[in-house]
Amino acid sequence: MSEMILKKSDLADFFKSLAAECQLLGPVEDGGRIKFAPADPGVFLLDFQNTFMSPKNLFFPQSERLLTFTTDSSDEKAFILEDSGDKPAPRAVFGIRPCDAKAFQVLDRIFRNDQYEDPYWFQKREATTLIGLGCNRPCPTCFCTSVNCGPFHEEGLDVLATDLGDQLLLKGLTEKGEALLSKAKGLKKADKKALEAAAGQKTASEEAITVKVPQDQIPGRSVLDLFEAEHWERVHESCLNCGTCTFVCPTCHCFDIQDEVCRCDGDRVRNWDSCMSWLFTMHGSGHNPRPGKKERVRQRFMHKFKYIPIKRDGEIGCVGCGRCINLCPVNIDVRDVVRNMNA
Amino acid sequence: MQTRTEKIRQAAKRVLAEGKADLVIGFREGTVPLKTAPHFARTEAECDLLVWNSHCRLNLANFLPRRKDRVAVVAKGCDARNIVNHIVEKQIEQEQVYIIGVPCEGMVEPALIAEKEGRTVESASETDGRIILKGKDFTTEVDRAEVLRQNCLTCAHRNPSVHDELVVDPVPELEGVDRYADLKDLLARSDGERYEYYTSLVQTCIRCYACRDACPLCYCHVCFVDETMPQWVGKSVDPADVMTYHILRAFHCAGRCTDCGACEAACPMDIKVRQFTRLLEKDVKELYNYETGLSPTDQPPLTVYRPNDPQEFIK
Repeated sequence: MSEMILKKSDLADFFKSLAAECQLLGPVEDGGRIKFAPADPGVFLLDFQNTFMSPKNLFFPQSERLLTFTTDSSDEKAFILEDSGDKPAPRAVFGIRPCDAKAFQVLDRIFRNDQYEDPYWFQKREATTLIGLGCNRPCPTCFCTSVNCGPFHEEGLDVLATDLGDQLLLKGLTEKGEALLSKAKGLKKADKKALEAAAGQKTASEEAITVKVPQDQIPGRSVLDLFEAEHWERVHESCLNCGTCTFVCPTCHCFDIQDEVCRCDGDRVRNWDSCMSWLFTMHGSGHNPRPGKKERVRQRFMHKFKYIPIKRDGEIGCVGCGRCINLCPVNIDVRDVVRNMNA
Repeated sequence: MQTRTEKIRQAAKRVLAEGKADLVIGFREGTVPLKTAPHFARTEAECDLLVWNSHCRLNLANFLPRRKDRVAVVAKGCDARNIVNHIVEKQIEQEQVYIIGVPCEGMVEPALIAEKEGRTVESASETDGRIILKGKDFTTEVDRAEVLRQNCLTCAHRNPSVHDELVVDPVPELEGVDRYADLKDLLARSDGERYEYYTSLVQTCIRCYACRDACPLCYCHVCFVDETMPQWVGKSVDPADVMTYHILRAFHCAGRCTDCGACEAACPMDIKVRQFTRLLEKDVKELYNYETGLSPTDQPPLTVYRPNDPQEFIK
């Protein structure tokens, strides 16, 4: 594990050397919102709080073509599904927040199980090197420190950068990250002073997140006990059952697969789906196991804070990024819901 | 605002104590600044959480369709009109609803506040027409009047049209406002230019349907975008599907929309959803001289045939 110093005055050269190797994406402003996009590295932001949408679309786009087919019956390949041929090119992403990277790591465990591996997720994951940027200024809605994460958490990243004012401390975390650092020009080994400054920043940021969302009681309570708890009778009352929370969430990953045909050309497309929609669980028979708002709202929180932990060795399906808190139209606050689950 | 909050709490407690309703739907303080949350009060203690401030943007009439209980609703002008519209459209019985009317001086637009104050606001309060914003190392103020929502600046019915009680005296209605002044330029453009304009509006749409789900008019059991047999609209973010959704939803609201702005308040992407409904609202006003939700005995013009209906637009 190498820890290197990059002077901000050398940042342009650093980005240039990365861009020579692969496509380079970074945090840019677009219409008042921050997002990751390929751009001239000169406009990459170093001081921003969080991207508006989670960056899960880097690996799991809202609409993604998986396979193609033709409905032309005179074609000998009619109705045969074929690989779309869309292969991800190597790329590096600068500025990923530790919470979002932790979400990628959570999703790695979901898109791969003992039987299957989702190639569309992993091809892009493997082709991408993630340079994280720790959070010097956490948002008031951040609660990453309560969900196995933190403002300088390292899981899911290849390199973690810490902004130390006029320089960045770059820490290699994986083979991919080390390879990137070894090729980059203008880096020098970090001295003790820089390492101490980074450790100080980490502590300061962690202390700045004063919100605590305890979950100590949840593992000990049975699924049925949590499922039948009284507070669900009230939480859903104001819910609109829109898809905002699920779409902005870095760990929500449910999808719907559709065939789209234009004349004879067909695409099999997967699109983000949302457990907030009644259609999500509607059976062909007309039966709906989650018929009302209560069942749907409960599902989203139970999935993140009970079902995923049970199935993935205690991993939590939430990284505390706070996007749903800021964007829920009716202000259903995940922190309050989890406090109720834990009560 | 403080007076309204106090009066709403008193009214809510009285309505529950007198057995006029099973619950009161109003707003409570949000957990993030510049936001409120719909609040369902069934006890005196829950009534004490009701508030009224510049962030009661959502339309509480949205929570009425298909209810079986008796509901008291804290309603500003637009909410009351949508409650009336629900009664007209037979989504709720008039006897089931008790309207606690709140004469309204407009709600503020958080995006306009963000334009004036770019730093992260950690808490907000208001007093004497000023919104006070506090962040990590700063306290600043904005004039409420400068950050009002566009639909509130052109509101034609700030006082609830129908109510069982009003919590404060009526406020003067706005005078000399041309509700559609800004649409003149849009209407002067060619069809192609207008389509381009509308395409640009929905470019960032993520199809979360928050606009639909916040809209009191969108109470269909199955929305056309959720139909599967046949499936009318694709599910991807293909521009044609996105536009189909927005245009069709707007047309379903023709002659029914009160321009309450709940759609825009709910949209996470700040899409100007009202630009779709306003042209239709303007047409209905100009062709039929009709504004929705002013009386429970209304006969909405698009649901009845009259021999003298305007027909110049049929070509």
